[in-house]
Order: sequence, then C-alpha cells, then structure tokens
Amino acid sequence: MNTASANSVYRRRRRTNTLMMGLSGAALAFGLFWLTWIIAVLLWEGASALRPSLFTQMTPPPGGDGGLANAIVGSILMAGLGTLIGTPVGILAGTYLAEYGRRGWLAPATRFINDVLLSAPSIVIGLFIYAVYVAQARHFSGWAGSLALSIIVIPVVVRTTDDMLKLVPNSLREAAAALGAPTWKVITMVSYRAARAGIVTGVLLAIARISGETAPLLFTSLNNQFWSTDMNRPMANLPVVIFQFAMSPFPDWQRLAWGGAALITIFVLAVNITARTLFRK
Amino acid sequence: MNAPLPVTAVPERGAVTASPAKLQVRALNFYYGRFHALKNINLEIPEKRVTAFIGPSGCGKSTLLRTFNRMYELYPEQRAEGKLLMGSEDILTSKMDVSLIRAKIGMVFQKPTPFPMSIYDNIAFGVRLFENLSRARMDERVEWALTKAALWKEVKDKLNQTGTSLSGGQQQRLCIARGIAVKPEILLLDEPCSALDPISTAKIEELITELKNDYTVVIVTHNMQQAARVSDYTAYMYLGELVEFGETEQIFMKPAKQQTEDYITGRFG
Repeated sequence: MNTASANSVYRRRRRTNTLMMGLSGAALAFGLFWLTWIIAVLLWEGASALRPSLFTQMTPPPGGDGGLANAIVGSILMAGLGTLIGTPVGILAGTYLAEYGRRGWLAPATRFINDVLLSAPSIVIGLFIYAVYVAQARHFSGWAGSLALSIIVIPVVVRTTDDMLKLVPNSLREAAAALGAPTWKVITMVSYRAARAGIVTGVLLAIARISGETAPLLFTSLNNQFWSTDMNRPMANLPVVIFQFAMSPFPDWQRLAWGGAALITIFVLAVNITARTLFRK
Repeated sequence: MNAPLPVTAVPERGAVTASPAKLQVRALNFYYGRFHALKNINLEIPEKRVTAFIGPSGCGKSTLLRTFNRMYELYPEQRAEGKLLMGSEDILTSKMDVSLIRAKIGMVFQKPTPFPMSIYDNIAFGVRLFENLSRARMDERVEWALTKAALWKEVKDKLNQTGTSLSGGQQQRLCIARGIAVKPEILLLDEPCSALDPISTAKIEELITELKNDYTVVIVTHNMQQAARVSDYTAYMYLGELVEFGETEQIFMKPAKQQTEDYITGRFG
C-alpha cells in the first residue's frame, strides 16, 4: 500500500467524520433547544398555578378562584380505565402475533391493520366512539372517554408486545419446549419473563400517550364543571379543560390551563423516565 | 419417573458391551419445506451408551437429533416421515402428548439457554411441569441435578441469582442440570461444547461419561477428538445420508468406507 495515498484517504475520511459529527451535533442542539424552551415556558408559566389549591378545588367559573381537582381525578379515572381495558387486549393480541402467528394470513393482516390504527388520528377515534356509543346513549360519559382512550392504548401495546416477544431468541423457547413445557407455559414462564421490561415499557408509553389526548375526549367524555366520579356522566379531564381554559379571555382560567399543561408534562416526563430505567435493567 | 434410576456397572473404556436399542430409527426422511434434509436414515441408538453424530456442517446431524424429541414441530414448514421407535411406541406418530415425549427425551443446545429466572428456578422449572414436590424434596432434586452436572459447588451459595449471571461454561452445565433434573431416559446434546473454553469442555466431557451410567446419550459434535473421547458408538453423516455407523473405535481405527476415513483423517473435500 502506498503511504501517501493511504494518508489522503485517511484525511478525507477524517474530514467527512468531522463534518458529519458537526451536523449531528447541530441537529441535536436544534432539537434540544426547542424542547428545553417548551419545558422552560411551561414550568415558568405553570409554576404560579402549581399551588395546593390546584389539587383541592374544582374548576371555577370565570373570575372565581379554583383548581383542577375534578379534572385531575377525571383524567386519572379515564386514563386508568382506558389502560386497564387496553393493556390485556393489547398484550394478548401481541402475544398471538409473535407466538402463534407463524402460519396463515391472519397475523400479517392483523399486524398491518394494527399499524394503521397506531397512526390513526386520535380525532377519528373520538368520532368513532361518538358515533357508536355517545350518539346511541344520547349523552357524553366517562365510559365513552375511557373506551376511546383504550382504543389508542391497544395498538401501542400490541406493537411493543409483538416486537419485544420477537426479540426473545427462539433457542429459549426451544429449550423450554425440550423440557416438556406446553406452549402456554413456554410463553407465560419464559417468553414473558424475558420480554417483561419491554412490555411494561410499552404500557407506560401508552399511558404517557393517552394522558395528553384531547381530541378523543372532546367527543366522548366532554367536560364537567363539577366534581363527579360517575362514569356514566360527562367527566372533567385535564386536556379538555386546558383546551377550553387556554382559549378563554379570562386570565385566571389561562393560568389554570398553564398549570394543567405543566402537570401533564411533568407526569409524562416521569413516566418516560420510569420506562427508560426499567428498560435499561 | 419418581423412582431413582438404577445405577449400572460402568463398562470399561474400549470394551463396549452389547446393549439393547433404546431408539430405533427406521427409514427416516426429513424435509425443510421442499429441501430433503435426511435421506432414508436407519439407525439403532444403544441404551445407556454415548452415541456421537459427526460429519461436516449441513450434513443433517443436528436435524436428525431434533427429530428425536419432535423439536421440528415448532416450525410448520418442517416435517418428518418414517418410524422412530422407543420400545414399541413410534415417537413420530404417537398419540402421546408431545410434552410427555420431550420429558422422556431431554435436549441441551449449542448455545447455553438459561431462562430469565434464578438458578434454582431454572432447575425447578422442568420438574414442576410433571411433579408436585414439597419444598424439601425440590431442594434435594435441585442439589442432586446440580451435583450431577458438576456445578453444585460453584453455585450452592447463590441459587437465588439469575442463571444469566453465570459464565458460559457454568450456564451450559446449568442447562445440562436442568435437562437431567426431570430424569429423562435419553439426553440429546447438540454441540454442547462449541461455545465453551477447553476447561469447561473437559468438565462437560467428564460429565457425559458419568451420565451414561443412567442415561442414553446422543451427542452431535464438530470435534472429532471429542467424539473419539466420549462416545461408544459413532455415526458419520454426509449430505443427509448416514454413511457409516459402528463402534467408535472401529469407526476411528478402521472405518469400512473410504469416505469416512477421508473425513476422520482430515483429507475431506
């Protein structure tokens, strides 16, 4: 090999490397800049609203003093129920895809439809529940809101469960089967254990996703100015309250909207960090 | 399966005494989709002996091993034809639950596959599938299996740690312990030492010699010295066919076929 030419090749490679590193760094800085700005503004504006009364008082009429207690509890109830409905369905469907869907057309078709659902605009899901439930029952309700949220949860959980189970090496399944374990035991005792962190992460990410969804709730649970834990009636929730209050001309409503937005962001951040630390283990 | 297996006298190395067939392979053909991987295999695996399958990569030795416990059934495009007799029972067409067959015919794989659970549970997993043991009896069984696999001394103080925390050689011995804990009749070893260092390999080879007191062992290996060291019988396979089968000493000292001799002496290809 010629030393001079090797050097020129080497120098060119180094230049390309420096250039690409610079571009990557710039892209990183660009993304981080907006992200920190968003979080900084949220915390700055939300900080004045983050008082104990935010968690104890109801959403006030314009000009009155109040908090977001009913919206916080409504959000927890509906996101919780949505997760509770969506998680088992999603995990079971994902298990089918990864563990049983080796033959036939059903699994590939389901996987494709699931991917479509995964990227479906959430307002469409809200309208769907509105058409099949709210319009039939003739009233908005917490049930309808939970249902809409669960439909958002399902494809996320299906996808992560499917992906995580497919990462479990086949040799592990064979080893369990070779001991005489029936398929369901192989899945529950070995595959699930091996993929546990990933599956839990998927559920956490789904929770993070639905806790900020506004569109599906606008058509289903709507909102409620008062304290209500009756799932059969319209239910207050943070995203819709933020939407309504932020658009209003009243400064104290706007301040509460900032408080709610900060609350959701902090929650989503916490969930994401939990998911990350779980996955790293 | 609860009764302890009888201990038989160890036959002297080199002086292989005749042993009844544990498994009889009759006109076995195997297909991966359209690919004809095993061609009309006829073979008898002697009881309580070590039988080695040797041959170049892709010759079908692992495939043959995987028909013995119907492992291929996990994959829809694979199928086997012919007879595989254990006693009078044809394993391939048996009405017996495949789980029960696999409990009688254990298997250890090329790469160590510890389950994502504690060392103790790795051993107990298989046992719990078929037996309802008290805590004390289970403790005994776990210790028995780990002792058999020459691993007990190294892990007895950390049975609650995960199996994946062990070294590669220890993991493989854990897998062997897991395989014998369910007290199978036959143990299939698919290149059990290929991922291990020489010291771990030596330990496992010692173990195999020990195991044939109680079990019928079939081992697939790429290492001819290993086959010569541990096995009583050797089968040489090439391109899906069984070229030659006989006592290991005869196969290595005076093979009947030129093809076998070429492979064994390294003049292959």
